[in-house]
Amino acid sequence: MNLTLKIWRQSGPEDRGAMHEYQVKGISEESSFLEMLDVLNEELFARGEEPIAFDSDCREGICGQCGIVINGIAHGPEVTTTCQLHMRTFHDGDTITIEPWRAEAFPVIKDLVVNRSALDRIIQAGGYISVNTGAAPDAHATPVPKQDADRAFEAAACIGCGACVAACPNASAMLFTSAKVTHLQLLPQGKPENYKRVVNMLNQMDEEGFGSCTNIGECAAVCPKQIPLDVISTLNRQLGKAALKGV
Amino acid sequence: MSDTLIKGLYREGEKIADTKAPLDVPISQSWEERKFKAALVNPANRRKLRVIIVGTGLAGGAAAASLGEMGYNVEVFFYQDSARRAHSIAAQGGINAAKNYRNDNDSVYRLFYDTVKGGDYRARETNVYRLAEVSANIIDQCVAQGVPFAREYGGLLDNRSFGGVQVSRTFYARGQTGQQLLIGAYQALERQVAAGTVTEHPRHEMVEIIVSDGRARGIVSRDMATGKLETHVADAVVLATGGYGNVFFLSTNAMGCNATAIWRAHRKGAYFGNPCFTQIHPTCIPQHGDQQSKLTLMSESLRNDGRIWVPKKAEDCEKDPREIPEEDRDYYLERIYPSFGNLVPRDIASRQAKNMCDEGRGVGPKIDGVARGVYLDFAEAIGRMGKDAVSAKYGNLFDMYERITGDNPYEVPMRIYPAVHYTMGGLWVDYDLESNVPGLYVAGEANFSDHGANRLGASALMQGLSDGYFVLPNTINDYLAHCFNLPKLDESSPDVVEALQSAQARVDRLMAVNGSRSVDSFHKELGHIMWEYCGMERTEEGLKKAIGMIRELRKEYWQNVRVPGKSIGELNQSLEKAGRVADFMELGELMCIDALHREESCGGHFRAESQTPEGEALRHDDKFLYVAAWEWAGEDQPPVLHKEDLIYNNIELKQRSYK
Repeated sequence: MNLTLKIWRQSGPEDRGAMHEYQVKGISEESSFLEMLDVLNEELFARGEEPIAFDSDCREGICGQCGIVINGIAHGPEVTTTCQLHMRTFHDGDTITIEPWRAEAFPVIKDLVVNRSALDRIIQAGGYISVNTGAAPDAHATPVPKQDADRAFEAAACIGCGACVAACPNASAMLFTSAKVTHLQLLPQGKPENYKRVVNMLNQMDEEGFGSCTNIGECAAVCPKQIPLDVISTLNRQLGKAALKGV
Repeated sequence: MSDTLIKGLYREGEKIADTKAPLDVPISQSWEERKFKAALVNPANRRKLRVIIVGTGLAGGAAAASLGEMGYNVEVFFYQDSARRAHSIAAQGGINAAKNYRNDNDSVYRLFYDTVKGGDYRARETNVYRLAEVSANIIDQCVAQGVPFAREYGGLLDNRSFGGVQVSRTFYARGQTGQQLLIGAYQALERQVAAGTVTEHPRHEMVEIIVSDGRARGIVSRDMATGKLETHVADAVVLATGGYGNVFFLSTNAMGCNATAIWRAHRKGAYFGNPCFTQIHPTCIPQHGDQQSKLTLMSESLRNDGRIWVPKKAEDCEKDPREIPEEDRDYYLERIYPSFGNLVPRDIASRQAKNMCDEGRGVGPKIDGVARGVYLDFAEAIGRMGKDAVSAKYGNLFDMYERITGDNPYEVPMRIYPAVHYTMGGLWVDYDLESNVPGLYVAGEANFSDHGANRLGASALMQGLSDGYFVLPNTINDYLAHCFNLPKLDESSPDVVEALQSAQARVDRLMAVNGSRSVDSFHKELGHIMWEYCGMERTEEGLKKAIGMIRELRKEYWQNVRVPGKSIGELNQSLEKAGRVADFMELGELMCIDALHREESCGGHFRAESQTPEGEALRHDDKFLYVAAWEWAGEDQPPVLHKEDLIYNNIELKQRSYK
């Protein structure tokens, strides 16, 4: 396949950045999107230009490190991570636009690489169960209904890639935060901290400069792990209960 | 040390031994005994002690969380943007634990036995026993953290069986067990960050270790976003940086996985144990072509229900597999190993797949003229259990397969082929997980300790968490308790300055070469050499050839590599890779030397000169019942081999048989 690529280049956080156009030839349909960029980078190298910086690590769709806006859609046209998007999705001769995640809370480091540490700080605000090592009761001491465990798993499958933020017109991290709240509130082990957790995590989300949720649903539409939109209503119910309890 | 140069490549030094495991008590009491004898640090004193941890996978993340929780001052470094991205997250299948929840006669002793046997008797008994012993606690810990393991309708945990064993002791969370366990450790870690006991350094790679007065006292890190080199001083250093499978370029490792931290430590005196021990995983998606950047593993739990076959006749290989009648299919694992069938250990499943493809009965696209793939067929399972049940068990793996290959595995059998997955060598450590450099601890895949020649499935996750949650927190005290009297080091101390300068010189040297080849082109070439000559099958002749080729390639690297961009002021991914590939080149040579000296077949490494009449791996316990611990002797100097005898007091050595 031969393609025209329009790619955002930005040398550092202070640089203004601009779109640049490149041509790539001979891309295999079996290649992943990032392998296509690898091929482009080898060509840029051969021409004496600097390769394009982009994040990736596991390239198996699970670590959450990759993330590019492709033709205006976070992770591109398929519901998957950028590393699991394959070139067979595109056609010979296509023009593809490639940009970084855009959100105030995700400053650009270089080219397509952004800083997502804000998501870690939301977790630090309460996205855990307070249990020390070495004193846990036998795992069978507390049964968990299968439907709760399955639903908790569904929410826990979030990989923290930030596509939800990139897709949201408000740049809200609500899907990410709700997924964690839902995962932990469904399990008996996580219940004691529910209300404090939801309040603290939401406050941190605001502090980081993420926008508010206005129920648009773009987040769930691009989520590569298909975290359901209704985790947000689960969070809102917890928030309501927290308010009633005066937390 | 002997003056003789053996095979023209290495010298032999004094024997070494693990002096920390209590051997005067029954093995079932060794760990209790060690914990009791280890010195303690008073809780009020812990905050005065600083521990550096490199890596936030299961071992590093769990260790950082646990040590922070105990009150130590922990600094944690990782190259990814978030601690949650460590490659442990990609482990799919499950984690073993001797819970005997299935009432199928499982026990700590049986898990211990299976693991030592599955490791082809090249792991240390005491370490493996402890691993089996704490396995049950790991599950308890993770459940308490909210890890959503698979459950049954009654609310209790579900289990499954994994390759190489005959009990159901594997706990799992669909096909994403590693992710869920890592998220558990990550959350525990972030809790400590919030509590102020742990400080995180994301996008930092360790580029040098600081050794002062013979002790590990800190690291030099490179801030990857700015290029700045920084020195960090501590009382002890823990390396939990994972494996070095990326030396093969194509592997199931994440793109960033590297050997730099352990290799830098090796060059500063830490012994490297069993470097040639690589686990080849049988169930990976075959290579598609030359633009490929990595290989993807499919959980080996698929072998529970999938049947592996190739056409009996080479001329059928290009046919649609659904058109090949039952009598023309060779279910070769079921045929050769009737009692274990498709669940034979990884090394056997891998080697037989290679044999089938080498015979010309492989399927799928041809790479360099050979089709390298075998079928993993679910048609029978779908017929027996129904499509929905198969989907409930393996659905996400099927989706992943379809996404990568474009084939629907519910309709057409999957194609799989072995790939480099896990490295069982690593820095040598004693029972305390301490290397031979005092104050330098190594955990998880980065050390060699609990692994034999070939691990069984579902034991890597177990080892990572065991080291991080339960072993280190109980052993590192013993060292830290004696740290109060160490002289204080600061930025200007000569050993700190020396480490910083050597890191800087390395960056400057790489930037200065300014040749014409890219880093990746060297990495790929190195990978080809390693896979061809130091992969699944090795010969004396091939290994010698490989060593020569690696030396040539390394020479060319330092004359002809070009690293574009700047070394300071901005992110430079080419420079990151350049430093790592330089280390892989040196490590690759040591792997070949280690493989050359080990004239036996052992688990995953098949030495063609050493096989039984049936073509199975032939171990030589009379000659190689030891850990090979290699000492760095200096630039372009032959390495020195120290042998640690493996002592089996509890398990009788047997030739493995799965027939």
